[in-house]
Amino acid sequence: MSARLLLTQPGPQTTVQDLGRTGAQAYGVPVCGALDMVALRLANALIGNEPGAAALECRLIGPAFTVEGGPVRLALAGAEAAIEVTRDGETRSYPAWRAIDVPEGAGVRIGPLRGSGAAVLAVAGGIDVPAVLGSRATDLKGGFGGLDGRALKAGDHLPVGIATPEGACLELPRPPSLAFDGVLRVVLGPQDDAFTEAGLATFLDTAYRVSREADRMGIRLDGAPLAFRAGADITSDGIATGAIQVPGSGLPIVLLADHQTVGGYAKIATVISADLPRAGRLLPGAELRFRAVSVGEAEEARRALEREVASLIASLTPVRAAAEIDLAALYSANLISGVVTACEPE
Amino acid sequence: MVATPPAPDDNRLGRLARFLSVGDTAFAIEFGTGIDPVLNARVHRAAALIREAALPGVTETVPSFRSLLVQYDPLVTSAAALQHTMDGLDLGEAVVSAPERVWVIPTLYGGAAGPDLDDVASATGLSPAEVIARHAGTLYRVYVQGFLPGFAYLGVLPPELELPRLATPRVRVPPGSVAIAQRMTGVYPVESPGGWRLIGNTPLRFFDHAATPPTLFAPGDGVRFRPVAAEEHAAIAEAVARGTYRPEQEVGR
Repeated sequence: MSARLLLTQPGPQTTVQDLGRTGAQAYGVPVCGALDMVALRLANALIGNEPGAAALECRLIGPAFTVEGGPVRLALAGAEAAIEVTRDGETRSYPAWRAIDVPEGAGVRIGPLRGSGAAVLAVAGGIDVPAVLGSRATDLKGGFGGLDGRALKAGDHLPVGIATPEGACLELPRPPSLAFDGVLRVVLGPQDDAFTEAGLATFLDTAYRVSREADRMGIRLDGAPLAFRAGADITSDGIATGAIQVPGSGLPIVLLADHQTVGGYAKIATVISADLPRAGRLLPGAELRFRAVSVGEAEEARRALEREVASLIASLTPVRAAAEIDLAALYSANLISGVVTACEPE
Repeated sequence: MVATPPAPDDNRLGRLARFLSVGDTAFAIEFGTGIDPVLNARVHRAAALIREAALPGVTETVPSFRSLLVQYDPLVTSAAALQHTMDGLDLGEAVVSAPERVWVIPTLYGGAAGPDLDDVASATGLSPAEVIARHAGTLYRVYVQGFLPGFAYLGVLPPELELPRLATPRVRVPPGSVAIAQRMTGVYPVESPGGWRLIGNTPLRFFDHAATPPTLFAPGDGVRFRPVAAEEHAAIAEAVARGTYRPEQEVGR
């Protein structure tokens, strides 16, 4: 029998996500998928999964769960957090960006996320919920995909796909920096001509702040309103992830993974795909500016990001024993008994 | 060199539309700015041609009223290369023919099923019965699917029923609500926030994620609403819940 996770605490919003549901946007079905695709791919690479295997996206605080039916290998990527594994009254703490073998019967608790509002917890074999329209991503608004189309709650059983992780646990020796430099690059359009010269200048020259209204659909920004030539309304057209739509208030909204497929507000610009993972990590209160680049520059930035992800994946190495001991010292407050190799299931 | 004016029968995409930037994973092909059956026919024709062409790197397209969003993988191709190819696609004559199939949507108008019917009547100077007669007496066409899975923008509404959206959208619109706004009508497929005016309710379901395709409607389909009494609405709702209801179609012409 394959392993499963019994949720004891769900966290503020933990959902099953993968690379997203493509191919049905013409029917009104949004893409969804992980906010931070780089984190999804790194978490999956750390435990030997395919890049798009379904995993758990955690927001702000990770979940707590018990591992049943067999051992699992898991990894957290996209944020710093303490991952506590408790078995027989003994608790050990591990960092993100490495694989961890968790024996059957152990409890796992992921603490508050640091450095990002969204992290990905991947489990070897993937989260084995049924695929809907080719994807296991949760569509919260449509109420399908993932586990019953909703965020996880206490008492849920999450099936884990069959996997036989072999060899030592891997780690990412130099995790990517999560520090936000305060800039999101954008390509202007498709409706930049709906704004006055002054409106465009405001958009590119002033700082905006992420408001509390930020979720998987989008991030409302606070700051200087943008001036329209005529108004915010357009005849509804298709929306790409990263589109920055501006309703009548003049305040921009950056649309993220769960955005609807078409919409009737002018879109002043689109966040480039290389910067979407950074946008997905933003927390309320973060300050940001927009910098315009050309389509060609944006395409090159995406290729550069892919090279970076490939080199990160190529750099994965077995967890060093020295690192184990350093960690033991670092988290000694959580340790009740001595150090054993973290990768042993027993 | 003097530029030759385009021939009137030149239906190349590049002459009928312009490309708009949408980041580095998409671009828009914009045929115009308004709601018009000819523009919409061109959008769907372009979507079909691009699908047939199976250009490497094109991941999917999102058709809307007067614009086609083309999504691509920038690791495989570029916007410039795709636009160069698509510019020369021959869209042919945009012919708006009678729909091949017409769905009939049984609708209970007014009362709790359509809480805005009386307001629509007073705002338009019509009686509730006249509103129903006009709404149900029009053959609509599926312009766009979107907003929610299974939601279709159906147009166009008779001009005397044109009203703006509600000033304050409802937080919760019940599933099956038949609604109008501006020149469009549609049915909310699931519970959702919404700013359209609710004039009736249908028990039909419009989205099934296990079906291929997942929506009842296809672009260009015709749609007509048929007024039903509360008893028939309840009977159809029961049949839909049992999975035995087959949506009605008018015979195509």
